[in-house]
Amino acid sequence: MNFELPTTVPLQAYLALAAILFCTGVWGLINSRNAVRVLMSIELMLNAVNINLMAFSSYLDGQLIRGQVFTIFVITVAAAEAAVGLAILLSLYRNRETVDMERFNLLRW
Amino acid sequence: MTIASSTQLICFTVLSAVVAIGALGVVLLPNIVYSAFLLGGVFLSVAGLYLLLNASFVAAAQVLVYVGAVNVLILFAIMLVNKTEDLAAIPGLAVRRLLSGAVCAGLFALLLRVAFTTPWATPGPEPVGEEATIRIGEHLFSDYLLPFELASVLLLMAMIGAIVLARRDVMTTDIVTGEPADQGLIEKSRTPLLLEKSN
Repeated sequence: MNFELPTTVPLQAYLALAAILFCTGVWGLINSRNAVRVLMSIELMLNAVNINLMAFSSYLDGQLIRGQVFTIFVITVAAAEAAVGLAILLSLYRNRETVDMERFNLLRW
Repeated sequence: MTIASSTQLICFTVLSAVVAIGALGVVLLPNIVYSAFLLGGVFLSVAGLYLLLNASFVAAAQVLVYVGAVNVLILFAIMLVNKTEDLAAIPGLAVRRLLSGAVCAGLFALLLRVAFTTPWATPGPEPVGEEATIRIGEHLFSDYLLPFELASVLLLMAMIGAIVLARRDVMTTDIVTGEPADQGLIEKSRTPLLLEKSN
């Protein structure tokens, strides 16, 4: 077992960073009680996926950078998602006077 | 543009540390305003990572869309709904946090295992580097033309949907009597309709 420090950034480093970001986002998504923070966690997860796409595009598909095109589309969809999500949140807040996720149970039972 | 590999390594280490710590801060900090600003920092660091991967166009798009639009939108939402409320205690919250933490750690271990055991076909083809923007333009107007056009429809739908969802429904005339409604009532916020009666 001899670890030598890599001289360039390996692909696995990007993948590990994206895994950290994604798992943090999942944990925040499950455990946040503030609805705005849930939206922020979703943005973190989308960014983790984008990092993966960009790393693969640069390391494995250097000529036809299709991953970068996908990242552009993901950014577009994320912007639309944030706009609609925050509009839903404002509407909910106006009707229930709270941002506590535990009390948004209109559709539950 | 090629940076010396050691500089690249240092930049990657710093940026990924900022991303990881910032993401933890976004999730864990009690004050949500700090979380929103940290989220902006995370977005900027991710844009820096894209620059390290020779993708200047996507880095610019990341800064413009995420930092300029999404983060500002989140800050606006926080300003509009920022009411310090005492959250009711929930039984078993600690257990739930631990359980979900264990699930996330398991997911993390799985992802790491996949990342480090898969024989990736590196080094792949030579990266195009500075020509990436030209390549993206060629892709968007040839083989990805349909998704590109669909994205514009999607953005239009999201815009209309956000306006419809967030606007306050106001009647200009009273439904029952047909008289013009009191404008002073319209200016004030409507009484909440769905306040919980139980608990």
